[in-house]
Amino acid sequence: MASLFRPKTLVALGAATALALTTAACGGDDSSSGDSAAKNFSFLAINENTTIAKTLTSLSQKECATENTAQPLEIKKQAQASLDQQLQLLGGQGALPQLFTAANAPSLTKQLAGNGSVLDAASVSQGVQPAATSVIKSLYDDKQLVLPTELNIEGIWYNKKLLADNGITVPATWDDLVAAFAKLQAAGVQPISQAGKGGDGWGVTRWVGNYLLRSQGPDALKKVADGSAKLTDPQYVAAADAIADLGRKGYFGKSPTSIDYATALNTFETGKAAFIYMGSWALSDFNDPGKNKIGADNVGFLKFPTVAGGSGTADQMPANVGTAVAIAKKSYEKDPKTQAWVKCIVANYGTVALRDSSQITGFAADAGVQVPALTKQIQDEIAGVQTSVLWFEAYFSAKATTVSQNSGGQLAGGQLTGEKFMQTVTSNLG
Amino acid sequence: MHSVLGDRKSVALLLGPALLVYSLVMLVPMLWSLGYTFYTGSVISGFTFTGLDNFTKLFDDPALPSSLWFTVKYAVVITAGQVLMGYLLALLYVFFLRRAGSVVRTLIFFPVILPTVAVALLFQKFFEFAPQTGPVNALIEAFGGTGVDWFATPGHAFLVVALMDIWRSMGFYAVLLYAGLLDIPDDLMEAAALDGATTWRLIRSIIVPLSLPVLVSSLVFSINGTLKAFDSIYALTGGGPGSATTPLTLYMYQTSFAYGDYGYGSTIALTLTVLCLLVTVLIFRATRRDAGQEQS
Repeated sequence: MASLFRPKTLVALGAATALALTTAACGGDDSSSGDSAAKNFSFLAINENTTIAKTLTSLSQKECATENTAQPLEIKKQAQASLDQQLQLLGGQGALPQLFTAANAPSLTKQLAGNGSVLDAASVSQGVQPAATSVIKSLYDDKQLVLPTELNIEGIWYNKKLLADNGITVPATWDDLVAAFAKLQAAGVQPISQAGKGGDGWGVTRWVGNYLLRSQGPDALKKVADGSAKLTDPQYVAAADAIADLGRKGYFGKSPTSIDYATALNTFETGKAAFIYMGSWALSDFNDPGKNKIGADNVGFLKFPTVAGGSGTADQMPANVGTAVAIAKKSYEKDPKTQAWVKCIVANYGTVALRDSSQITGFAADAGVQVPALTKQIQDEIAGVQTSVLWFEAYFSAKATTVSQNSGGQLAGGQLTGEKFMQTVTSNLG
Repeated sequence: MHSVLGDRKSVALLLGPALLVYSLVMLVPMLWSLGYTFYTGSVISGFTFTGLDNFTKLFDDPALPSSLWFTVKYAVVITAGQVLMGYLLALLYVFFLRRAGSVVRTLIFFPVILPTVAVALLFQKFFEFAPQTGPVNALIEAFGGTGVDWFATPGHAFLVVALMDIWRSMGFYAVLLYAGLLDIPDDLMEAAALDGATTWRLIRSIIVPLSLPVLVSSLVFSINGTLKAFDSIYALTGGGPGSATTPLTLYMYQTSFAYGDYGYGSTIALTLTVLCLLVTVLIFRATRRDAGQEQS
């Protein structure tokens, strides 16, 4: 007994326990990353997107029922704001679920692929449309790291009735649009509804990015990424200033920094604001009479207009795969049941999402699905896209993305000048 | 007793388990984190040795000074508010609320046990500007003023954070200081009162000096707690507007876990540790000098 308490023994004992605990803690969840087949088919969803979980659940009950019996679907949820951080932790422990929402910052998904955690889905993407493939490849260095559970175009949606009531024709240029804002504001109608609370400020930075692409051409942001231009260059600052100016005039409504995504969408859908910048993923909301009180036939879609003297055109459509999902490489390669699930998703997701949620995806969909008129209009727009462009933060690091989106609200509230905004983002580009 | 503590075996037996747990959950991660300061990267991208790069980056980082300044400002204001309000409440309990004291003490202590996130949500709603008008702005408007967008400007956001944190924790310091005040012998107070000392004089010459040790402990508690504050600010403002209410703790957390740079995150953590150490040493030295003067 006495020997047990010798300092050396104690130290050795301590070290051994520490090692055991550390190893246990870092071992990860064997059910999803181990050699053997996993019990469940796990999907990490985000709270802000209910369509993917809904569609997968629907698939598990019908089209993929066999796969679901072999490996039951299990959905875990995560707030979008902390998704990247959760993925880093899970990725670091080798404990990523078989299917998970791709990181907010594409750079993180690329990193995860770099250390062998994410599958290059090219081999399982036979049912993916070429338009989606091209967007994915431009985002992920020519690799197909995600499955396109959405294929979106973005633009400005407007309330047809509010415009007609105020004698406004659909604006074709930026100047027309700003004149419409002024007219609406004078009439006591909130011109734009846009969220600016914390990370939801992406809606505001989209205005900056698109203005830039219209004024400086479709390569404007690529030039920043490759170093041939800076965000603090005067012509770039002018874009942020144009949006800051809308903020100063109060066009984004009362306190955009207090408005979150759901509130902003709700403001538009209850007829309290005339315009909203949004992606076509919102079609499921627009087509839902429970949410959309102004009626789907009252919602119009406007391509981001051209800016006087700018080299960009309105046809250069902001397109993306929105909330996409990625596949954990190790779990996929070692588990035939997971492979069967993924195959079933690729084959059926497009049809089910379109049928049940009016969600346009990058997967091929059954041509016989009946869709509402607004969805059909957007489908046609997507089919007609010749050149697609990416969003403001697409080439930024995770840090610059966060800083940019968190500052969006202040820009829309008129509390930040364009110059200050661009400086803040630039100093975090790293 | 002396023989028990002189026995190395019993010392090891008594200290061993606690030391082991402490080492595992505190020392090992601390040393680990210290090691990270010489690296860059994350568990995903892998770690690269960068020598002292993270430390030079500290001086070039434009976000660090504002974060550091916010941390210090927050710590000073909240500590002063918490301890002062706590002390005033304790005096109130001792001198004016001897009978109903326990009810009032319970009520004022109540926010201490409420979950931080719940309190933060409560304050968010209280000070809401849009889409709904919260009670505070409704009151301002009722008196003819214009509502304030509390969370849109750094100054106002700081004010709400300060109010919330002082309200949330003053009950704790009140109880702590109350216990200290109860230790002051009644006969000493009675003697002074008989000698004709006024209430102010009583407080200045008897109560404050005799409760100084517990006051200093409160200060040390408070300043170290507020320098490390995280949850209340994260839940209330999320560090915003922009990064205007981002203390070092939140910046460290974002850097490590959201931006995936464990090395620089650890360097920020080290900065915070040094700051805490400096402040604690300063407070202890200042009070030791006071104690020394009193004895001489």
